[in-house]
Amino acid sequence: MKTLLQKDSFWAIIFLFPSIIGILVFNFIPTVVSFYLSFTKWNLLGSPKFVGLSNYSSIIADPLFYKVLQQTLIFVMGTVFFEVIISLFIALGLNHISNFKTLFRTIYFLPVVSSMVAVSILWNWIFDPAFGFLNYMLKIVGIDPIFWLSDPTWALPSIILVSVWKNLGYSTVLFLSGLQTLPDECLEAAKVDGAKPYQVFYKVILPLLSPTIFLVTIMSFINAFQTFDSVYILTSGGPQNKTNLMVYWLYKNAFEFYNMGRASAIAYFLFLIILTITLFQWNFRKRWVHYES
Amino acid sequence: MGTLRKLDLLTYLLLILGSIAMVLPFILMCALALSPNDKVLSYPPLLFPTSITSKNFNDVMAAGSFFRYFVNSLLISSITTAGQMVTCSMAGYAFARLEFKAKNAIFFVFLSTMMIPTQVNLVPLFSLMQKLGWVNTYFALIIPGLFSAFGIFLMRQYYLTLPKELEDSGKIDGCTHWGIFWRIFFPLSVPSLAALGIFSFITSWNSFLWPLLVTNSETLRTLPVGLAAFKSSFREITNWSLLMAGTLISVVPAIIVFITGQKYFISGITSGSVKG
Repeated sequence: MKTLLQKDSFWAIIFLFPSIIGILVFNFIPTVVSFYLSFTKWNLLGSPKFVGLSNYSSIIADPLFYKVLQQTLIFVMGTVFFEVIISLFIALGLNHISNFKTLFRTIYFLPVVSSMVAVSILWNWIFDPAFGFLNYMLKIVGIDPIFWLSDPTWALPSIILVSVWKNLGYSTVLFLSGLQTLPDECLEAAKVDGAKPYQVFYKVILPLLSPTIFLVTIMSFINAFQTFDSVYILTSGGPQNKTNLMVYWLYKNAFEFYNMGRASAIAYFLFLIILTITLFQWNFRKRWVHYES
Repeated sequence: MGTLRKLDLLTYLLLILGSIAMVLPFILMCALALSPNDKVLSYPPLLFPTSITSKNFNDVMAAGSFFRYFVNSLLISSITTAGQMVTCSMAGYAFARLEFKAKNAIFFVFLSTMMIPTQVNLVPLFSLMQKLGWVNTYFALIIPGLFSAFGIFLMRQYYLTLPKELEDSGKIDGCTHWGIFWRIFFPLSVPSLAALGIFSFITSWNSFLWPLLVTNSETLRTLPVGLAAFKSSFREITNWSLLMAGTLISVVPAIIVFITGQKYFISGITSGSVKG
């Protein structure tokens, strides 16, 4: 007979107790409650009133929703595209060189460990129409100053630029570790066969690296959809809602208009979009990702 | 051979250009933070301070209450980090080393919470804080952050790699599972613990939306919330040198933590993802 102290299940309860309570109370239950709240009308005071699907139908009928959705999708596509391409090339460069690897990696990683609030403030200064660095550079080459954050044409690209700059290092590190797992034999064989560097890249590295490319793309997608801090600091969603991204819109509905039901419905729209993209990419993966058997 | 050499040079050149783009905003920040405010609105923009002053730091620490924000951030991030190291390593040990009913089901639920964007939980979590009377207290800033499904996953992966003999030798010596965990496994998992610790410290140090929601008194603000409030407190003309001094104070500790534990941190974020 085992005593209590020798039983695995007894110890499992002890070891898991804090995490089960914590994750249940602060993660799992709120997700379920949020789903219920999306069918109610509630301003945080009193108790939520059940209103069926009216939050969802009012969102679908709201022209602003389509505007927010459109701008969010442009933002996400732009951010992911530039982030993945640029960081892939930085990683290839870092993998190629033999000196100062760690120094370069540290430099590219600095924005990743800085808070988005701090990064946004730095860029706010760089974007300054009169004294900022960007317009100074433009002046040198003879281009008129641009109102980066208040011009409807430039506001969203500016926010994309900040996001790409901030997250570049993270994707680079993931690519770098992916590159280091590539089998040397393949690269050597290609070189022995007289392949040019760009041929090695297209025919050997790219196919072998596809699992990492896939992973980095999904992670940047999910990350980009959740952008809030930079919008809050730099543009407050303006001008003309050009930078009113989904999470910022959610925040406004919840904590400025105190429309908790509507905010929860927006949250579930966001969840649905992220889930769809993730599942779509998982499915698509089978077609173009190479896995070594 | 000639083309290879050229390729090397080109690579270094491009990497240096890229590095300049990464470092330049930080250089501009330092230049402003160290300059007297009347030098700030100069043209061309300052790259190097012409005269150095520490006045901005003194001002921002005293008048801008950045000292208080700094202490708050340090306190909250440290407790969160320590808490996650304990809760995640315990749960990670259970999932890696113990046999019990519904183990896979519980693990699946934990992992599935990682898929949910945090914004989905924002409203219910805020209302929970209200019901508990935790809004505008350290409880709201600390307690929800003490648990992490990602951290549990990270620790579990590490404990799975340790050999069974370690466990057996503990049992022969008469250790309970607590003894085996605390005396043998926990001390052996320093690399993973360091990765988790650095990750959770930096995440907590930089987090913005949650502390913004649950604090409204100035004495509870963290550095990011304080910075945002300080920035919006300027009506017409922003005092950029003060703002940059505050930004510098908020950025440097995270960078120091990262550079100190860089090795563990990088292996932590890559081991969790690339192999999976």
